[in-house]
This record gives sequence, structure tokens and C-alpha cells, in this order.
Amino acid sequence: MIWNAVRESESPDKRRSRQLADLKDLVARLYNRVDFYRQKFDEMGVLPSDIETLEDIAKLPFTTKDDLRTTYPYGLLASDMEDIVEVHTSSGTTGTPVVDAYTRNDMEIWAEVMARCLMMAGAEKGDVVQNGYGYGMFTGGLGVHYGSHAIGCNTIPVGGGNTERQLQLMRDFGSTILTCTPSYSLYMAEVARDMGIDMDSLPLKSGIFGAEPWSENMRKEIEQKMCLKAYDIYGLTEIIGPGVSNECAEQDGLHVNEDHFYPEIIDPDTGEVLPDGEKGELVFTTLTKTGTPILRYRTRDITWLERGECACGRNLVKMHRLLGRTDDMMIIRGVNVFPSQIENILMEIEETQPHYQIVIDRGETHLDDVELRVEVEPQFFSDETRVLEGISDKISRAMKDKLGVNLRIKLVEPKSIERSMGKAKRVIDKRTL
Amino acid sequence: MKTNQISVFMENKNGRLAEITKLLASKGVSLRAVTIADTADFGILRLIVKDPDHARDVLLEAGFTAKETEVLAVAMDDKPGALAQVMELFEKHEVNIEYLYSIMAGQEGMADIVFKVQDLDRGEKILKDAGYNRPLHV
Repeated sequence: MIWNAVRESESPDKRRSRQLADLKDLVARLYNRVDFYRQKFDEMGVLPSDIETLEDIAKLPFTTKDDLRTTYPYGLLASDMEDIVEVHTSSGTTGTPVVDAYTRNDMEIWAEVMARCLMMAGAEKGDVVQNGYGYGMFTGGLGVHYGSHAIGCNTIPVGGGNTERQLQLMRDFGSTILTCTPSYSLYMAEVARDMGIDMDSLPLKSGIFGAEPWSENMRKEIEQKMCLKAYDIYGLTEIIGPGVSNECAEQDGLHVNEDHFYPEIIDPDTGEVLPDGEKGELVFTTLTKTGTPILRYRTRDITWLERGECACGRNLVKMHRLLGRTDDMMIIRGVNVFPSQIENILMEIEETQPHYQIVIDRGETHLDDVELRVEVEPQFFSDETRVLEGISDKISRAMKDKLGVNLRIKLVEPKSIERSMGKAKRVIDKRTL
Repeated sequence: MKTNQISVFMENKNGRLAEITKLLASKGVSLRAVTIADTADFGILRLIVKDPDHARDVLLEAGFTAKETEVLAVAMDDKPGALAQVMELFEKHEVNIEYLYSIMAGQEGMADIVFKVQDLDRGEKILKDAGYNRPLHV
């Protein structure tokens, strides 16, 4: 089912003209109400009246994460303070948190786009949505909650963590849809096994997994272990939270709710807009938000866009599953490596699981030294060192073949790499670059 | 002659071995043989104990990666050349040895050696045929 067929299957011309009208309106609002943007426009010598076509968006300034930090907390507010009804922030683990202030209009948009996302993943009225995203300042929990309510699903606001309870609720309330991070779902599968719960006997049909990058191979593993269809969801606090894009039943790219969040792909070095199909940095403009709307936000996420009619009936532009982030891309001895690539390779090796951690350091030689810690699966443990060293060599060869770098493989004890309830810590970079 | 050995995966970390031995002691597991095969990054602790099933369960319950495998435990005379004789026998029959180690307190006048060979059944038969059939007291 499609939540809003009028918008999600709209003719491209009609959609573009709506996007243009909304963009013009947004630019005027930002120019008139937000000092930060007015200054940027003035510096670049751009006026709202310069926007005549959608392509003219390229004339407008970008917004970066640093901009959001320097304007903390309310420097980007485009509405009267009394019209703000809710505020969320990012965790702020890497610095000053990023603020998203929502007006009632924004809350309606949020519920709308999240309802679309849930429905893309098969949710309908009558479903039981077990929401394992954290509630509170984090946008994940409440975003899913509002969308689930909009559809009329029975919403279980369990939040993150407390895995045994999650599984009990899942069994007792017959949850049909699970939302959480992909790594947490695999952890759940492990705990379910320990508890003697057969996932196949539960009515789960879909999992909506996001908040961290994952791979196609990880999807296969989750689907097999959790006995559901696993869908990728994408969103970020800077834009609205979850609800920016989601996979449909085709599981081949995420439909962007582009009537609200206008996507561009740019060359991260030059800022130049790239054509559809080319890989680059994803940039979003919130066309319709009124609280803290944002212009050309540089997400640092690498992907590409694809347009056309989808077999699901929607024609919302698709963004490919994330290839990584420009800022968690590792450069190891001059070679670009994304953690998702390492994960993919591990998934292809029978003896290993995607439970890994990468530790990058610089030794006395000042060369990058990368240790890849991989857990030994109990069923592949052997009393012979030769067998274990064979597994280690196999991983090392696969990494060298596919990534072009030598990684030091360290086999570690099962479950010794921390399973986070939220984002898995995959990369520990001790280099001071 | 076939006996069960417990092997445990260990990261090379401070105190790991202390942890395991303390755990086994607390559960009354008596060690008859202990050896570590180590590489730069990890070690495999191998144990011969009186009640291997119990020891394995204790280790698994505590979250260790442990397994039980069959090895050959051979009681031979405690005198020069006894091991050489067994090795000669294996060489003659082309039995490949993965590893071997000795049991700590042998019986009076006896040396007990643990062998891991590629084909356990064949190894056992060769030894029995050559008269190595004294029982092992573990």
C-alpha cells in the first residue's frame, strides 16, 4: 500500500513545479527571517529573486554541520519561538549537538513522511510496530512513533536496549514490524537463540533498520536470522530525523520523500552538482519545514540517485544504499576503505560473522597499521592452531584482494567486541592525522 | 586409549589463563595435563581432565569458546627410547602427528603421552596392535 499515492506517484512535471514553488518560498523565508542565511546570500551576491528554476538551487550556499554548531541553539530558527512545539538534538558525541526545532507544521510533515516510510516497508493499520529506537532527544524513537500512529498501527514504545524484554514483548504482543539499528537486530537474534526463542515462530514480517550504515550481505543475514524482510531507512536530525527515505518492497534503493526533502548529489571537493547516477555527497534542502528549515545541507553521506517508475508504484527518486560517509571513510596507506566493504568481505567468508572492529594506528615507522579484530565463531573453533591460522590467512587474503591493503587479522573471543545497543563502534582510529 | 581433550580459545591477554584456571578450580576440576599452543595473537589451551563433559560445560557456561575433541593418550614405560619407539611406529605407518604433550603425573614407572594424529582410529589400532594397551589413569 502507498500512504500518499497523490504525492508519491505524482507526475514528475507536477512534482518539479511544486518543488520550485516551495523552494522559492523557502528561500524568501530564509532571507527574511534567518540572519545566518541572509549574510551568506549577501556574501555570495544572491537574491531570492535569482531562483527561477529548480537548477538555480546550485547558486545557493551550502549548510555544513559546523554551521549548525556555530548557530547553536536557535540561530537557524525561521519561525517565532512560540510556534515551536518540540525540539530534538543529535547526541553531540562529536561536539556541540545539532538542533531540530519543529513547528506544528513540521510535526505533521514528520508523521506524514514516517507513515510513508513504514508503509514502504509493508506496514498497514492492524500491524504491531515494536519501536526499538531510543526515545527522548534522539529523533529515531519519536519519529517512528508519530508515523506509526498516523497509520494507526499498534505502537509498542519499548525503545532501545533490554533485549530479553524486547523478545518477550515481541512474542507476547505478536509484533509484526521491528524498528531498530541493524547491528542490534543481529544481537537480538543471538539473545533469542540463548533464550530458546524460535524467530520463525514469531509473526514478524518486516524490520526497518537504520541509524548506521549496513550492507547487502548483512541484510541477508538479518533476514535469515530474524525471519523477516529487512528494509533500510534513512534520516538525520539535521533534516527531520527518520523519514527522509526508505526502501520499498523492491529492496533496491530508498525512495526519498523529495516533495519535502530535495536531494542533490555533489562533488564533495568542488561542490559542483553531479548528474543522476553519479556517486557523490548527498545534499538536502528541506522545502517545506518552517521551524529550522535548512538549505543544501551537506550530509557527508556518499550515494547516488536514480529516477524512474518503481515496480512498487512510486516514482519518488531513489537514493542507493549508503556507500559510506565522507568522514568515516578510512584512508589506509593511501587507499580509501569503507567499513561497509570490510563487513561485506567478512560476510562472504563462511567462518566469520560481521562482528568486527578496525583499529588503526601509526607505529614507529609512521605507516598506518591496521588491525582487524574478528570474532571466532564457536562452530569454527579448532583445537589446532593450523586451522585457526588458516581462517586468519583467508580473511587477510580476501582483504588484500578486494581492498588492496594489508590488514593484520586478530582473532578474538566470541562476543568480545562490544555489541552496542545503538551504533556499533566499528572503527577505532588512533592516528593523529 | 582414546580420550577426550578440552580445548579453549584464548586471546593473548593478561590474566586470561589465571581466569580459566581459577574458574576450573572453583568447580573442582582436576587437571591431569595442560598445554598451550600459542601464536602471536591467540592461544589454544588444551586440557586433560577427569570429567571432560563437566569441564566443558563449566567453560561454556562462563562464556569461553571451548570444545571437546578426541585424542590418543598412550601409557608407555618411563625409560629412554620409549617415545622414540612410538614415533618410529607412527613414521612406519605414515601417521601424521598434529601435536603431542605429556600428562603431568604419570603412573608409577609409566609416562603418559597425549597424541593428536590425523586419523585417530587408525592411530589407535596401530598402537594397540603394537601392544600399547595399558589403561590410562586420569
